[in-house]
Amino acid sequence: MSGYEARFRVWRGDVEGGGLQDFTVEVNEGEVVLDIVHRLQATQAPDLAVRWNCKAGKCGSCSAEINGRPRLLCMTRMSVFTREETITVTPLRAFPVIRDLVTDVGFNYTKAREVPAFVPPADLGPGEYRMMQEDVDRSQEFRKCIECFLCQDTCHVVRDHEENKPAFAGPRFLMRVAELDMHPLDAAGDTGLDRSRTAQDEHGLGYCNITKCCTEVCPEGIRITDNALIPLKERAVDRKYDPLVWLGSKIGRRSRDGS
Amino acid sequence: MATGTEPPATDDRPPGGGVHTPTRAAIRAPHLRTDRWWLAPAATAAGLLAFVVYSTWRAFANADYYAAPYVSPFYSPCLAENCEPMRSGPNWELFGTWWGISPAIIILIFPLGFRLTCYYYRKAYYRGFWASPPACAVAEPHKKYTGETRFPLILQNVHRYFFYAALLVAGILSYDTVLAFRDEHYAWGHMGLGTLVFLANIALIWAYTLSCHSCRHIVGGKLRHFSRHPVRYRMWQWVGRLNARHMQLAWASLVSVALADFYVYLVASGAFDDPRFF
Amino acid sequence: MSVVDRQEWDVVVVGAGGAGLRAAIEARERGARTAVICKSLFGKAHTVMAEGGIAASMGNVNSGDNWQVHFRDTMRGGKFLNQWRMAELHAQEAPQRVWELETWGALFDRTKDGRISQRNFGGHEYPRLAHVGDRTGLELIRTLQQKIVSLQQEDFRETGDHESRLKVFQECTVTRVLKEDRVVSGVFGYERESGRFFVLQAPSVVIATGGIGKSFKVTSNSWEYTGDGHALALLAGAPLLNMEFVQFHPTGMVWPPSVKGILVTESVRGDGGVLRNSEGKRFMFDYVPDVFKEKYAESEEEGDRWYDDPDHNRRPPELLPRDEVARAINAEVKEGRGSPHGGVFLDVSTRMPADVIRRRLPSMYHQFKELADVDITAEAMEVGPTCHYVMGGIAVDSDTAAARGVPGLFAAGEVAGGMHGSNRLGGNSLSDLLVFGRRAGRYAAEHAAGRADGGRRARVDDAQVDAAAAEALRPFSAEAHEPADGPPENPYTLHQELQQTMNDLVGIIRREAEMKQALEKLAELRVRARRAGVEGHRQFNPGWHLALDLRNMLLVSECVARAALERTESRGGHTREDHPSMDRRWRPAHLICSLADPAGEAAGDPATTDPERGRIALERQATEPIRPDLLALFDKEELVKYLADEELEGRSE
Repeated sequence: MSGYEARFRVWRGDVEGGGLQDFTVEVNEGEVVLDIVHRLQATQAPDLAVRWNCKAGKCGSCSAEINGRPRLLCMTRMSVFTREETITVTPLRAFPVIRDLVTDVGFNYTKAREVPAFVPPADLGPGEYRMMQEDVDRSQEFRKCIECFLCQDTCHVVRDHEENKPAFAGPRFLMRVAELDMHPLDAAGDTGLDRSRTAQDEHGLGYCNITKCCTEVCPEGIRITDNALIPLKERAVDRKYDPLVWLGSKIGRRSRDGS
Repeated sequence: MATGTEPPATDDRPPGGGVHTPTRAAIRAPHLRTDRWWLAPAATAAGLLAFVVYSTWRAFANADYYAAPYVSPFYSPCLAENCEPMRSGPNWELFGTWWGISPAIIILIFPLGFRLTCYYYRKAYYRGFWASPPACAVAEPHKKYTGETRFPLILQNVHRYFFYAALLVAGILSYDTVLAFRDEHYAWGHMGLGTLVFLANIALIWAYTLSCHSCRHIVGGKLRHFSRHPVRYRMWQWVGRLNARHMQLAWASLVSVALADFYVYLVASGAFDDPRFF
Repeated sequence: MSVVDRQEWDVVVVGAGGAGLRAAIEARERGARTAVICKSLFGKAHTVMAEGGIAASMGNVNSGDNWQVHFRDTMRGGKFLNQWRMAELHAQEAPQRVWELETWGALFDRTKDGRISQRNFGGHEYPRLAHVGDRTGLELIRTLQQKIVSLQQEDFRETGDHESRLKVFQECTVTRVLKEDRVVSGVFGYERESGRFFVLQAPSVVIATGGIGKSFKVTSNSWEYTGDGHALALLAGAPLLNMEFVQFHPTGMVWPPSVKGILVTESVRGDGGVLRNSEGKRFMFDYVPDVFKEKYAESEEEGDRWYDDPDHNRRPPELLPRDEVARAINAEVKEGRGSPHGGVFLDVSTRMPADVIRRRLPSMYHQFKELADVDITAEAMEVGPTCHYVMGGIAVDSDTAAARGVPGLFAAGEVAGGMHGSNRLGGNSLSDLLVFGRRAGRYAAEHAAGRADGGRRARVDDAQVDAAAAEALRPFSAEAHEPADGPPENPYTLHQELQQTMNDLVGIIRREAEMKQALEKLAELRVRARRAGVEGHRQFNPGWHLALDLRNMLLVSECVARAALERTESRGGHTREDHPSMDRRWRPAHLICSLADPAGEAAGDPATTDPERGRIALERQATEPIRPDLLALFDKEELVKYLADEELEGRSE
């Protein structure tokens, strides 16, 4: 595959307004969409705003929408498109736009603050933690998250319903709740915090209708729905809708999540 | 200094919420996907619809559901007085003579409820029938959305009780499959094409039932320390591997249960003669 | 002009990577109101790219490990040029810093008995790197980020404001450290989003901006690595140390061109990957230098046995320190035994089953699959050296991380010099971030507290702010200023030329003539950079940002080139073709860069400094003698290979 000229349509503008602007730009072998955006900056649009950082799919900065699909610019190879295709690049459409391809992702940072942090066990000092690999596997999968916020962008709960933003943490932060709830040493329970219950009561787990778009767009391949959201829903059912479990916990023995 | 460049021709913004919220990038199109995103929800809807039509017909037909030794999975267990007589079951007259309509209705509620509240089918019909959302990053048509936070969808949380019921039903269907090793005179040790159909169906029913997300939670997912429960950890891993194929199993078992019923229908109505192997 | 937003803080941390966040946590926990400024979004710092692990002698896998062994490895790796006190503190404190991360929620991979697992790495005698698959940097940054959030949650409960004591200013760039009477008084910067200027007044400033890799064409570093902190310190009057030492990581991707330079983690070799040339030969056996001869396997069989039985075999030479491996690859390619795209082959596919590869090297598998269409479980990777890390940096006090000569200025992480000597061992950077990040935060908080008590907080005067603002706005008026010089320069073009120059002329193998040529080219670029002009407005304008970063890259590149020209030996990350061997007489010598004309620079208008003349003055300084009890950790025979004669004499007395 040698170089060719590709047709691009890139959204340019800011909160006041904007539109798709056409470009014709050179594409070489092995390039990704971010390379093309950089070429546009260097040759045709020096003030084209785009967020990026590592260019290796590890930092999650260059999130945007390519032909209408939420993707990382740096991990979308040009070879997945035909030469005739016009490639449309827009900013994330669930968040307020700042300029061109850059959006205000502050929503996510706000939500991050609403999830209570890891509570260290009171009786263990640094260096005394003992955890088995099988007990950390689940949370480790969620900690692969690079916080690109593509799942937050694609989730229709907030993408299509701005008014749900205050009540809904989004897949990324519900997954964070799941991560902490499955952490083998998190002592939130000792402080009276029931993470499974708050997932439903405070972080809007009930809004999720498990339509799996978060899993579909995750560049890290984390099985958000199957491994985090549904288990969290089941845990919430334990707390709220399962009389047997409720009874069991009243009778005793199961003081800490049935270990 | 610091002056603005001219923005490109402005794409005027339609009024509205969602992706047309005024703070977001002004793009008129509700989505910009260029692939055939509508194919998956359309196919799902068509598939589910076909099953609904077929199963409604068969459930209300109240006929051609028993051809010894085979009983249609739609009518098993048969719990009303008006059931066709089947030797060794599975018919128990729990419901008396007052039950006038098809006995399938009594029992179908359980597998139906199991599938209706299943995490996979929820995704399938929310997308296929309700367009909520139709596909990823394709705007949904609804003005308001509350998901599963309130009645009636909050009832989806009862999935695990339907799972328990589905276990019982799967147990009875297994019993039916054992009974299928008889011939039409109820003599044991025989096998026909129908037996194979039943075997395939029950294998898929079990695989689908056990691959359920609630099952995965109950056998081990609820634990915090797998290392202290090695047996349940193994079970959780095993169910997890099945669970990864939950969607495929959901469809396969849906088709197989309809096929098993259809096979019984063909044999019972005399349209087809069950080939016997021995 | 000076209508810029001003805020008062106790400690300002520039940079939100591992070192910056660790410093901020420490400063806040010691009671200082702390602001963190970063160019990217919070949590995106280059630290996420670190793959292999955090070196700390916890001894979880091999109980023979302890801080003395770690110290020895670090000094050997750095060819004894390390600021030894830093290496000592680092080796001693690293385990505590790792364990502390667990109490903040980090989840490292585990050993069978539930402790933190540790893996082998180049130059480390024992398995020492705490890791999470091959995404350890992500775990580190996320843990620190979440710790900061938890502190903010605490503050919210007490004050009703998340940001009352600890605030992250994300997507902001600092262009000047401000001083009042030779003492730090704050920073000047702008918001990238809006282009608005701001001043944070603070008695303590911690610089934790990372490295300089973006001055080189082939690099594993992200766009942020433009040497900002190095330049800020220089401009504030603090000297830089040993800038000639730039580490080229031996294994970067070489194909396709757009990803050239992206890192291939050393864990690939630590876990069993081998390097082969186009003839299929494991060539590293031919490149074991004399100082390491006794420590490395001589046959492939012995090397292979080592993975299972490290106590009775010597390690394979693929695990030599990075500088050695990088030079070897360079030599193989040069002699025509390279791979089709100008690298060598790194192979795990014939060494481990596919599922083991996918489990232990998930992001490498992912990276090659997605970016190069290569399945590393079935075929070899093509790799070559890539600019990875600068060992040189701001000269600091070992214990307090305070920059020399500028009270109130601190530095930690890659931007600080000295810790790694002439070459850094893999895994030592993440522990460096934690150990010295914490120290910088601590002493910055103490310094601020001292200033507060005395009531001698300096207020930034308007003239300084105006000068900084004028400097930052220059690219917008480039055309207007000097019409006679021709049209404005495109900053992207200048950047590309700079990268090409540094890559070709001051790269992995250096020659006197080429470095002189580089200095000439840098002078030319410096002149042209003054005319770097940009279009558009100040709101999120990447052209403008690059034009401002160019100042820093040019300053730092000049330091690298001058120091490299001066040091007439090869050592660690500095290889001279015309002086190919290590020279013990250079051991006790540090090269110090500082501004040639601080007075002219301080005046603010770059027009007053002559662009043709260099802006950097170079000075040779004798190092502090290594403490005898630390020297006693080494065999006499080994020391003879490294220390200068006068140092050895001092020791025998």
